[in-house]
Amino acid sequence: MKMIRILAVALMGMAFSSVALADEFTESDLKRWQEQFDGVVKQGRSLWTDGKLGTNGVACAQCHPNAANTHPETYPKFQKQLGKVANLWEMVNWCLRNPLQGQPLEADDAKMTAMLAYIAWERRGVKLEPGKH
Amino acid sequence: MSQTFDRRTFLRNAALGVSASTLPFTLVELAFAKPEDTFTFAYISDSHIQHIKGTQFVRNWDRGLIRAVAETNLLTPKPDFVMFGGDLAQLGNKPELDHGAEMLSKLKGKVYHVMGEHDYYLDLGEYWSKLFGPQYYSFNHKGVHFIVLNSILTYDDWTFNRWPSPEQRMLEMAGLDNPNGSPFMVGDKQREWLRKDLAKVKKSTPIVVFSHSPLQKIYKGWNFWTEDAEQVQALLAPFDKVTVFYGHVHQIQYNQIGNISFTSAMATAWPWPYPQSYAQAEQLLPKLTVQMNRADPFFERDATGWQLIDIHSGRSRVNFNLYNNKGRTVAFDEKTGTPVDSAYQAPESRTPPQAHF
Repeated sequence: MKMIRILAVALMGMAFSSVALADEFTESDLKRWQEQFDGVVKQGRSLWTDGKLGTNGVACAQCHPNAANTHPETYPKFQKQLGKVANLWEMVNWCLRNPLQGQPLEADDAKMTAMLAYIAWERRGVKLEPGKH
Repeated sequence: MSQTFDRRTFLRNAALGVSASTLPFTLVELAFAKPEDTFTFAYISDSHIQHIKGTQFVRNWDRGLIRAVAETNLLTPKPDFVMFGGDLAQLGNKPELDHGAEMLSKLKGKVYHVMGEHDYYLDLGEYWSKLFGPQYYSFNHKGVHFIVLNSILTYDDWTFNRWPSPEQRMLEMAGLDNPNGSPFMVGDKQREWLRKDLAKVKKSTPIVVFSHSPLQKIYKGWNFWTEDAEQVQALLAPFDKVTVFYGHVHQIQYNQIGNISFTSAMATAWPWPYPQSYAQAEQLLPKLTVQMNRADPFFERDATGWQLIDIHSGRSRVNFNLYNNKGRTVAFDEKTGTPVDSAYQAPESRTPPQAHF
């Protein structure tokens, strides 16, 4: 009960202050969000072409120019080779371990986020088809 | 004629025995009106031997080339020669070219070489030429005039003025999808050499040309492209029968432009997606080409291989020997006047899934 009262007071305080409401954003917000995303995509592209991501000098882009043949729009899907429904980051890790002879990344590792962002960006405009082989 | 041809094919397959179903190369047969003039050669390409450090090389790419060499040596009857289609190395350095040359030295018989961009842009082909000889040349074999071109040259300004070091230049050209790259070309000097070379050849003589990049324009973004392709095609246009073989694309492609039949080679190293699988690209993959299924990375050698080519009547029959896939044959069809896949002509006869993502 006490919590609710505190919350109510806090909300009233916000309503009368100059703090923006949840549904308010400006051109500069949009610009900042886009820049954040673009920056991460750029970082992803740079990891994608980086021979030092694994241990043998092989880069993702060697087999996947412009992240082609990664078909992110089909994930999650049943990955017959893993025998289960998998997310795209699991396949990225498979490639890190095998052709790149490197170490897998945590699903929420900033590098993984960047690479997935790059993959999605190169695939923009393609309709989602989760589960499709 | 067709009986003789079938018999030869049968004998070859019989001689190869069990291994025939798994052979991953491009074998080319050029057949002639007189059966004794029919001959074959093996065509291996794009091995991308990649140095790690010291004596370490990327195992995956090594295995592809080792297998192609071993299987080529098993062929009975022996092919007349072996053509290596370029990109022996990944970054054109001495350890890679030496290691690749050592593996190729196990091939029995004559080996010819085509220059690839990965062999070239570190020292502009200097060490490669020491190992393998001239960068463009021609020779005659059993009535066919063979021409090898260095098609991966580019604008002088890019080659000589743009990059602070040869290593940087090599890295920039090595990235297939790198926007800092530059379009391939045969160039004025070599086209003039080609014009003079062809002036000595009768128009009825079958011509077979090897280049690393396609001498046709498919997708500029990945340099599936030769900037002066039309000018080279024009020099070849007066001849009755012309076949162009190219590497670089790491996938099966074939096409017919006027009198010129085009067929690509597989890589022994790794496959590439078809350009249309890049959603942001406009590309011009020949409609004739029935595409390969997309590769399964869990099969390390999927969608890699090499070719055995039969040449008959100056036309070619390319047997794609794919390590992890059913082999394919693309042969010139006199009826349609184009190269045709022997099994996958129509959409309804294709193996699912044929979709590309």
